[in-house]
Amino acid sequence: MLRTIGTLLVVLVAWWPEVTARADEVVPAVRNAERARVATIAKLAPTVVAVFQRSAPAGGSGVLITRDGYALTNFHVAGEDQFFKCGLSDGKLYDAVLVGVDPTGDVALIKLVGRDDFPTATWGDSDAVRPGDWVYVLGNPFLLASDFQPTTTYGIVSGVHRYQYPANTILEYTDCLQVDASVNPGNSGGPLFNGAGELIGINGRISIAQRGRVNAGAGYAISINQIRNFLGDLRSGRIVDHASLGATVSRDSHGAIVVSQILDESDAYRRGLRVDDEIVSFAGRPIHSVNQFKNVLGIFPEAWKVALVYRREGEKHEIRVRLRSLHAKSEMAELSAPEEQPPRERRPDRPAPPQAPNDKKQPRRLPRRSREKSFTHRPEADVSDKLKALYATKPGFANYYFNRVELSRVLRGLDAWGDFHSRPAWELSGGLATGAPFRCILSGAFASLETGGKTYLQQLDQDPQDEPAGSGGLLVALNQLRLLLTQREKAFASLVYFGREPLDGGSEPVDVVVSSLGSIDCRWYFSVATGALAGFDTRLVEDTDDCQIRFREIGTFEGVRFPSEIVVRHGESEYATFHVLHLKERR
Amino acid sequence: MRGRSRLLAILIVLLFALAEQPQACRAAPAPVLSSPSDILDATLAKVVKIFGTGGIHNLEGYGTGLLVSPNGHVVTVWSHLLDSGDVSVVLNDGRRYTAKFLKGDPSRDLAVLKIEGDNLELPCFDLRDIADVSPGTRVLAFSNMFKVAAGDEPVSVVHGVVAARARLSARRGAYGAAYEGPVYIVDAVTNNPGAAGGALTTLDGRLVGMIGRELRNTESNTWVNYAVPLAQLRGPIAEIIAGRFTASPSKSDEANLPRFSAIDLGLVMVPDVVYRTPAYIESVIPGSPAAKAGVMTEDLIVFVNDELVQSNRTLKSILGRLESGDSIRLVVRRKEKLVPLDLRAPERRGK
Repeated sequence: MLRTIGTLLVVLVAWWPEVTARADEVVPAVRNAERARVATIAKLAPTVVAVFQRSAPAGGSGVLITRDGYALTNFHVAGEDQFFKCGLSDGKLYDAVLVGVDPTGDVALIKLVGRDDFPTATWGDSDAVRPGDWVYVLGNPFLLASDFQPTTTYGIVSGVHRYQYPANTILEYTDCLQVDASVNPGNSGGPLFNGAGELIGINGRISIAQRGRVNAGAGYAISINQIRNFLGDLRSGRIVDHASLGATVSRDSHGAIVVSQILDESDAYRRGLRVDDEIVSFAGRPIHSVNQFKNVLGIFPEAWKVALVYRREGEKHEIRVRLRSLHAKSEMAELSAPEEQPPRERRPDRPAPPQAPNDKKQPRRLPRRSREKSFTHRPEADVSDKLKALYATKPGFANYYFNRVELSRVLRGLDAWGDFHSRPAWELSGGLATGAPFRCILSGAFASLETGGKTYLQQLDQDPQDEPAGSGGLLVALNQLRLLLTQREKAFASLVYFGREPLDGGSEPVDVVVSSLGSIDCRWYFSVATGALAGFDTRLVEDTDDCQIRFREIGTFEGVRFPSEIVVRHGESEYATFHVLHLKERR
Repeated sequence: MRGRSRLLAILIVLLFALAEQPQACRAAPAPVLSSPSDILDATLAKVVKIFGTGGIHNLEGYGTGLLVSPNGHVVTVWSHLLDSGDVSVVLNDGRRYTAKFLKGDPSRDLAVLKIEGDNLELPCFDLRDIADVSPGTRVLAFSNMFKVAAGDEPVSVVHGVVAARARLSARRGAYGAAYEGPVYIVDAVTNNPGAAGGALTTLDGRLVGMIGRELRNTESNTWVNYAVPLAQLRGPIAEIIAGRFTASPSKSDEANLPRFSAIDLGLVMVPDVVYRTPAYIESVIPGSPAAKAGVMTEDLIVFVNDELVQSNRTLKSILGRLESGDSIRLVVRRKEKLVPLDLRAPERRGK
């Protein structure tokens, strides 16, 4: 018995420190969680931007993503302006210039100037986010922060992969994140961070009810994975478009998602997709609802290649489809900022009621405007010359200046191949994969190919032909390559940097440059990893299958480098593989 | 030996008494939401989206419901959604069912639906294991607010803290709320369009309450974020499922009455026999506010606060919107003259 009492006393003594602890003391777990939150916010705050328009007493928020000052915000925060004033948590105001816009996705890329060591946010993975995850919203709600210290709100993820209808605008929130952290007017364009402080979205929209245009527990953020897909395109300075499959889908009586309409001229149609085919998966994600289909479609820029699995008569087919643009070129070129004010956030000291970023009950309209009012209008007079030098107008572009910057960067990838300027005509020879020899002449007057006892010819002053037949226009394509290498920009009616995409829908990221000359359009692919030209597609006529040329090996020939293994594809099939053994200058 | 036993008993009591205090204060913040996703996923599977009649004005055609039996009994708020009898119930995995209105308890604003079919083996809340919580408890609210979720998307979840447990004193348009029992008041915006019928749970997924319809506080006119404790609903739900439930009609009629009616002012109107019965006063109760203001038998009420009174029904709806202490200007037709009369709305009935 005494031993029992002794044991109890030992237990009692062991508990003593806890027993004497003050009742109101906070347990370490809670204290540590709070400390971690405070530290996270302190780390995140310097990356948050208070964006102010110059032309109106309006603004929003943004977040820095590169040390040289690129920052993300909403398209509806950028409005019609090309120049901005941006406040950071260091209390300083920086100049900024518009780079690119994605009006459909409500994203704008701007660039702050004046430093090369801006603090930047760490990118997260928005597809890894789950309902219940803690999130931080940082920004400038109601434009409260006169010292640019961002406001932080904290909450949980309420839903993922949400779809929010465009409702009379082209602006559509697909595959977005829904949070209960307070998002209010002025938070638009600001960052959504996960509990670890990684950037997972850009806040831009809220649901409101009868309670006024303020947070009602449902805020929406554009997923960072979607923005990652568009980032290269945004850096191109273009007015970036979203994608269309060229087909619409609906739920049939059995609950399957089936093709209800399809455009004959779409790539999807050429790859074999037809009305009533059941969509099984799209870009690797299973499709069980129309919203899911729209969610997947919404995260891709135009022209990306995406895998699609469909079922017909019980049999599954996998195809790779190049997505079309969602809008006509003219629509995008004439796109301007909203006519109405709802999405703009005014300073509270101005006589205007607080306004929500956007919502579905009173959606914001994005009217088409005349070109005079679009992005092509002139910079304001009070902007410094230094800033003005970072802006150039061109139809279809938010800021053409940045296209020039990116284009020169990418074209430098050609320098490694040596100087082709002085070699305007070439003769290539070697063997096909079949073993048959070939000889190919590329000159200023014609392109020809001799192989298997036949000679194929394309006179350059005649209409471009699918020559050899079934190649998609190989001779025309090779001549385009000759023009690019020998004359670069001078050879084409237009040559622009388009953006970044995975080559052929695979995993290798490439920078894309688009050229046009007469009716011939080419897409040139430069490896992001090496800078080298990895291949190009040539299209003789719009909405037809192109001639796809990929470089497997690069060799050295008489002081220049040139592809030594060239694969040519057309439609679904490989046309031929050329092993180049000799490259001669032809005089 | 006896002395030792007593010492032991005292020590044990002492130990527990001392130990209890720090344990209790540790218990409150203990459920820190650290990795809630699995619990959330399990709860999301028990909350359904309901689609029924509506879609005009402020009447949404969508709502939320709670699965409470494996065989597809769904609990929700008794609303216009159910007017057509059959509604669509969509699970978080996209399965779509037709459900029939089984029975409701108007005094608790409660309706129970049954998904068609047998042996459905659906995930459901265990009504035997519900949580009775106190202010300060952290909670999650699950609902189909704003119809954000479609198809196989789970409903939305928001987090909050129970701010108070109080009697509901709220109104819906001109009418008082049907339910006037205890509710949990939450510090988050839980009662949004479409949220009624949703779940309020503890962080570990135990059901606490059912989110009620959108209502305004009668005193402050602000929107109330609340849930009806499951303890209030569990009995009637079980009875409805067992087929034993009978609603007490007197309470429901009482509860659904407008907040003010003519009789509160001391007016007895002529019987409301046709669609547009003119608002004639049959008699005035002596000593009532109306009598004091000089209203007389056989007066015809033409205006109330500048609103044209076309019939007994319009009068009802206008009076229903009044607040205690509001000033009322009646214009009555007496013989061939229009007579203005001023009175004040009395204290509300039952207060």
